[in-house]
Amino acid sequence: MTDQDPLAVPYRERERSVTMERMGDQPVSGTDALLEDERHEELFTLNIGPHHPATHGVLRLLTTLEGEVVRDIKPIVGYVHTGIEKSCEDQQYWKVITFVERMDYLAYYFNATAYCMSVERLLDEEVPPRAQYLRVIHMELNRIASHLFALATGALDLGAITMLWWGCRDRDLVLDLFEMSSGQRMHPRYIQVGGVFEDIPPGWEKKVREFLAIMPTRLDQYEDLLDRNEIWLERLKGTGVISQERALELGVTGPLLRATGHPWDLRKAMPYSSYEQFEFDVPVGHFGDNYDRFKVRMDEMRESLKIVEQGLDGLPEGRYITSNRKVALPPRHELATSMEALIHHFKLVTEGFRVPPGETYVAIESPRGELGCYVLADGSAKPARLHMRDPSFVNLQSLPDMARDSLIADFIACVAMLDPILGGIDR
Amino acid sequence: MLTTRLDKVLNWGRANAIFPATFGLACCAIEMMSVVSPRYDIARFGAEAMRASPRQADMLILSGRVSIKMAPVVRRLYDQMLEPKWVVSMGACSSSGGMFSNYAVVQGADKFLPVDVYVPGCPPRPEALIYGIMKLQDKIMGDKAMGWRERYQAEGTGEVEPGIA
Amino acid sequence: MPDATGLELIAQRIRSSLGDEAVTGTSYSRGQATLDVAPAAVYDVLAYLSKGDEEPWRRLMSLHGVDYLPAEPRFGVHYQLLSMERCDRLNVRTRIGGDEPHLPTVIDLFPTVDYQEREVYDMFGVVFDGHPDMRRILLPEDYTGYPQRRDFPMGGEPVLFTFNENQYPRWYD
Ligand code: SF4
Repeated sequence: MTDQDPLAVPYRERERSVTMERMGDQPVSGTDALLEDERHEELFTLNIGPHHPATHGVLRLLTTLEGEVVRDIKPIVGYVHTGIEKSCEDQQYWKVITFVERMDYLAYYFNATAYCMSVERLLDEEVPPRAQYLRVIHMELNRIASHLFALATGALDLGAITMLWWGCRDRDLVLDLFEMSSGQRMHPRYIQVGGVFEDIPPGWEKKVREFLAIMPTRLDQYEDLLDRNEIWLERLKGTGVISQERALELGVTGPLLRATGHPWDLRKAMPYSSYEQFEFDVPVGHFGDNYDRFKVRMDEMRESLKIVEQGLDGLPEGRYITSNRKVALPPRHELATSMEALIHHFKLVTEGFRVPPGETYVAIESPRGELGCYVLADGSAKPARLHMRDPSFVNLQSLPDMARDSLIADFIACVAMLDPILGGIDR
Repeated sequence: MLTTRLDKVLNWGRANAIFPATFGLACCAIEMMSVVSPRYDIARFGAEAMRASPRQADMLILSGRVSIKMAPVVRRLYDQMLEPKWVVSMGACSSSGGMFSNYAVVQGADKFLPVDVYVPGCPPRPEALIYGIMKLQDKIMGDKAMGWRERYQAEGTGEVEPGIA
Repeated sequence: MPDATGLELIAQRIRSSLGDEAVTGTSYSRGQATLDVAPAAVYDVLAYLSKGDEEPWRRLMSLHGVDYLPAEPRFGVHYQLLSMERCDRLNVRTRIGGDEPHLPTVIDLFPTVDYQEREVYDMFGVVFDGHPDMRRILLPEDYTGYPQRRDFPMGGEPVLFTFNENQYPRWYD
């Protein structure tokens, strides 16, 4: 709170004037009053978590407090460490997809795409355009669902429980679409090496268009609900500020970086999966405070809706998975008539495909930032090493910078708008 | 005669006003949160009052994978809950370790605390969790032994506190 | 990605300013440019690439530890550099052997590696000298062993089927 524009924090000023009886032309800092008073100079350490409602999942934070002012935060992670990377080394390439989906459990399509793209690069495999479009459509729907849930739980942390109901209601609409195209609400394992698992079912497109028609109104409703709510505005505006230079130094990506005004978006900067054929804007913020993060997420959902619509309009005809039988399963009906197809099927299911030795790193833009997948292949049917660069893991490092010298209540807002996914952090 | 009736009334009350502790561990927690959302609405079964503190809750929904780092914490929270208490293990991971058979995951939460209802799935659909909670309600209504140590014949397994013993 | 020629030019520039031993090789495969660097020179090379070079790589996006077990030297650490101006990536790789490998930390060049170096230490036991807080990050503090080394057992429990259920003790035994 120290280095802020005094005009940006009227609520704090008022609050301070009430609680500390400091009116008039004192500098606004919120902390100097405490410092003057000898009794408050004591620091004490408060443990928040790992089981705490306001830390999304099992994040543990060791906070050093001075009165109600946070002086330092040490995040302690690892409570959901699942050893997924180690488990993947024991699985065939096509089974690994199931595992990587469970890392960042709100962005499962992104995890699977990042992994499949890196394996495809190692195999030098072309993905048919229809599969690329289907991936884009699903990823953008997933981005909407993820942002909605982040918003819902974030608002819940700040006491706006209506947003939780509404966010879950509309997230269920997206999950219904996933269920229709792949059979599961979460972790659908829809994206395959070489394409996608199945073509979209008849009637899916109509459902998506219905969703696209509803969603803008719903987003407007959220803005009405939150954006005109004095409590919401006062708690978000001007809190958790992080400068653009510091964010870049800390490797922060995604909406957090864009909220500081840096238009870095891998979908635009290094297009993959035919994102270059889509027209969309990259929303950015101005100050890098919590309110900008909220705004950037809201606008990103609108942009995602645009992308989904363009994807449906321009969905190319053709195969949904590569025709290379060494990588993709043959169609079901061929198994009854073709011996060759049967052999391929048997080899793929029992042994999996082999990947030539090499290593690669592929990064895509997940709802939380750069999601990179590093795969080391040693020529066998199992990856020798798989590492995910998870955006939440890196973004979490910026939490101490955001929350230092602010009140506890603001730091809760920081965690809410940081949107860390512990499954992604710990893997 | 009177005591059995009273028991019935008490159990009926307990079963229809379960206070779950929010305890999200991983992916399943997301589905657990959708259970309270308007479409599934667990309030129909009287279990919507999610409590953040274990001392105010009587049902622990273990939703997600329990890692070796988390297991002591879970056990501690369970010990802090007041009797009578029940545990629902949600998802393949907390029921059996699921697909993560490796160094980091406890292979089933029943290794370190008694579990009343297992809900399979990865993740289970919200309907499945609601069904599990309904099963638990049946169990509560028909069950006389309210302390879990009696229920599972586990007397004498309490932590020995040096000051007391 | 810089193409093969661009990679050679980068390597030449590093060699001319830091000496011949700094860069041990280059490889360009599948669109990814990799610069092999001697472990002793990692800090200097990264400092040069991030600040001194005419085409600087200002951001480090990811740091992976790798265990190439049968091969020697055994461990590898990858630094994925990114240039946001040129939308380009460069991979700097170093190989270290031994049971307790050491590398200099680069936390003062790239503050973002704080957690990632700790993760590599946690999983592979690579100690980054000079890191202010070199502790385990994901596993419990009292854990022994470095689980993502290739020779660390997977752990877990075998699945019981009818053919092997008599071979393993059950929980009630
Ligand atoms: S059972 Fe499946 S969905 Fe649930 S925590 Fe485990 S991996 Fe995640």
